[in-house]
Amino acid sequence: MDNYPALIVIAPLLTAFLAGIAVWIRERLAYPIALTGLAVSIFSAGKVLMQVITSGTIQYRLAGWAPPMGIEYRIDLLNAMVLLLVSSIAFLNLVASYKSVDQEINDRAGSFYTMYLLFVTGLLGVTVTGDLFNLYVLIELTSLTSYAMIALGDRDRAPLASLNYVFIGVIGASFYLLGVGYLYMQTGSLNMADVANILSGIQGSSTVLTAFILMMIGIWIKMAFFPMHVWLPNAYTYSPIGFARVVAPLMTKVMIYVMIRLMITVFGFDYIFKTLNLSDAVVWLGTIAILSGAVMALSQKNLKKMLTYIIVCEIGYMVGGAWLGNQLGMTGAILHILNDALMTFALFLAVGNMAYRLKKLDLTDLQGLFGKMPWTMAGFVLAAFSIIGVPPTCGFFSKWYLILGAFEAGAYHFAGALIISSLLSAVLFFKVFEICFFEPMSKDHGHGESHSQVVIEEAPISMLFVSGLVSLSLIVAGLYSGTIVNTIILPFLK
Amino acid sequence: MTDLLPLIVAKYNYWLYVILMMIGLYAMIAKNNLIKKLVGMNIFQTAIILFYVSIGYKTDATIPIIQNAHGGGSHGAVIHAADYINPLPHVLMLTAIVVSVATFGVAMALAVRIYQRYQTLEEDELRMRLIDIGPEE
Amino acid sequence: MKFLGVVIVCLTGALLLYGTGEFPDWGDPNSPASLHLSNDYIEKAFEETQVPNLVTAVLADYRGFDTMFETSVIFCAGLACFLLLRDFSQKKERFYRHIPTGVILHVKNSKKILKVGKEFEHMDKDWVPSDLIIKTVCRIIIPFIQLYALYVVAHGDFSPGGGFQGGVIFGSSLILLAISYDLKTLVNRIKEKVFGIYAAIGVLIYVGIGAICMPMGGNFLDYSKLAPLVPGDPHHIRALGMLGIEIGVGIAVTAVMAIIYINIVSEGRHDEGL
Repeated sequence: MDNYPALIVIAPLLTAFLAGIAVWIRERLAYPIALTGLAVSIFSAGKVLMQVITSGTIQYRLAGWAPPMGIEYRIDLLNAMVLLLVSSIAFLNLVASYKSVDQEINDRAGSFYTMYLLFVTGLLGVTVTGDLFNLYVLIELTSLTSYAMIALGDRDRAPLASLNYVFIGVIGASFYLLGVGYLYMQTGSLNMADVANILSGIQGSSTVLTAFILMMIGIWIKMAFFPMHVWLPNAYTYSPIGFARVVAPLMTKVMIYVMIRLMITVFGFDYIFKTLNLSDAVVWLGTIAILSGAVMALSQKNLKKMLTYIIVCEIGYMVGGAWLGNQLGMTGAILHILNDALMTFALFLAVGNMAYRLKKLDLTDLQGLFGKMPWTMAGFVLAAFSIIGVPPTCGFFSKWYLILGAFEAGAYHFAGALIISSLLSAVLFFKVFEICFFEPMSKDHGHGESHSQVVIEEAPISMLFVSGLVSLSLIVAGLYSGTIVNTIILPFLK
Repeated sequence: MTDLLPLIVAKYNYWLYVILMMIGLYAMIAKNNLIKKLVGMNIFQTAIILFYVSIGYKTDATIPIIQNAHGGGSHGAVIHAADYINPLPHVLMLTAIVVSVATFGVAMALAVRIYQRYQTLEEDELRMRLIDIGPEE
Repeated sequence: MKFLGVVIVCLTGALLLYGTGEFPDWGDPNSPASLHLSNDYIEKAFEETQVPNLVTAVLADYRGFDTMFETSVIFCAGLACFLLLRDFSQKKERFYRHIPTGVILHVKNSKKILKVGKEFEHMDKDWVPSDLIIKTVCRIIIPFIQLYALYVVAHGDFSPGGGFQGGVIFGSSLILLAISYDLKTLVNRIKEKVFGIYAAIGVLIYVGIGAICMPMGGNFLDYSKLAPLVPGDPHHIRALGMLGIEIGVGIAVTAVMAIIYINIVSEGRHDEGL
């Protein structure tokens, strides 16, 4: 019997509790345990992806019960891709975190790793499951762990930011749960495929419409789509960097995956785009999200906070792209899940390296960084180019699909917003580069000698290694984006 | 109005849950004190539990525990689905209750942390304190 | 904010009521929710799992995977309280009361800890003389509460109950001990480390039972594959599997309840509280 689909989720979960015991016996053991768990998870995710590419959708019955009665894992190309993405980013971040967690949360690092594993378990579980209620439980697991870990950051502001996130997050999850209840009322089932089957017979029902709206709003709140984004910047800015690096690229992307999954598998394109005809309104919202995210990012003085607004902006890309209602837009949105996760991760890795040395990340603190941390800055520049959308990097290709999709759908405002936000982020990042390039105005200015020696203070080698690896992967993903689209995304959308 | 009344009577449970949920949501959005917001959150989640449990109810049915299962010699007796209420919503709500308790615990811990730091739980006062700390952003 | 709140609340309420419009009447036995899966569960669950309490059967077997994450969520809440609140710094000053004379000692040296026993007792911020009646009554009641909790865990297959309920009852008996005596009594009797390990072990039992099914040739959590490992009637193996995980859940919930209570009331210092 082939148990890889279950192992993806079970390995980190099992090791989380082993680490939880190790905390009390020998705290140093927690880290290697966590690494092992995530390594097994990556391995299984890789196996599953290979299997799905060669032989199609995998179904795995948990507890051995047939689908509508029991819970089922249903892994198709989209799941498998996101699973591999989530597990590898989580693993790489854990490698990079060893030093930074030691620096930030040294007295309870073991518990932090336990929590981290539970968080990753939640994300993987959300991605892999084929059951609507199981999805809710796992969303709550991810949220609960993020509430706790965000609050470990900045002593003054993090608990407040986190409590704010709790309130908004609970509303989001409860809306989703209500939506599931409304669907259950009309269909009597919780399995996604089964619900989709029954729904095709009762499309005109007002209950189904309500369920759809509730679930979408719930997921939008969780992903911080524009009017509901208020919790995200503070929560991510004040969280400890070891956690910010993984939550920023993954949480929002996984929620976008959930949205696409609900749209494609549960409700179906015909229902959303032909029966409801809501797509124009949502694409407009996406347009506003992109523009406002970019403008707000421009007005920030703290690097970390600036990047969080860029996340808000990128969410607009993906939601808008998915709701364009054509294949090109959806391809762009799915490709952008992959690319955006990688580039946000690269950006935050670079920021993590800076934070390791600098303590404060206001833009004015960054002066002279090109001299002080050349490798970190190289990674940062590469990631920034990808966000802007400079050709060899992967950011360009997904944006290209999105713009083509927008033209095909006649949503010129969306295409315009994409281009404007690219320009705005170019302005933004070149502003940062300019600050980093020039030396600080040191007090002994004019003595000449102090200028000639630049002390290189790089981050630890483990952090640099991961940062370099991920930055290079941006180019690799860019070069292979044609392959990714042809082997994974297009067969999935067929 | 004459149309609405029988509609409400037939589904009064659902109407009640909506009202309860609105109360909770309003407290979460509009109240100033963080603990009151937490209480609102609990009311909100309880309303959802009421909703789900209402789905499971069937008239003339009893709790979903098979009667005389062991002993009484009725092994193999036919079980009629109409005699028992739907167990699934109850299962789901057990999970949801646990999740809401866990969320409440974490939120309480956060509130304690905030109180330790600022000696207050009123949002407007907290906002003033944050300005006092100085601009970090 | 108030106005915005009213608007949002009214919009949500209107949306929800609009959605209820097509609901079947309350208690209608022919609603889709009561027909599609529900009937399958009611008619087949007992035969397939040998557990008369259908809620337990669905909770711990058909949807056991959900329940596993639910237990993880509880564990996570306990861990979060520990992570956020636990404060390892020692208190600088302590107060003791000399029981025979009633004299209060103020010890300023944080290293000097008096032995608490017949002669001295701890004093908290809001110390009140402990009440003999409350102490005695709680002392008698607590073992019975714990026994009842064990019953609820063990009998969850046949009557309302199960790991969560039993765990909460057991946890509440510990909390009662802390309230009726003082927090120190509980913390001294059961170490923080024990609670921490038990919380993890409880969930580990659950995940472990699930994981053992995989090398035995089944899917994750497929208890029926455990039959060769357990003596007795293989017909009842699913019920036994459920009992096993309920015990795990009970341990985890008990420990987490205590962790949450201790950390929140003492603000993480574990010395004084309610």
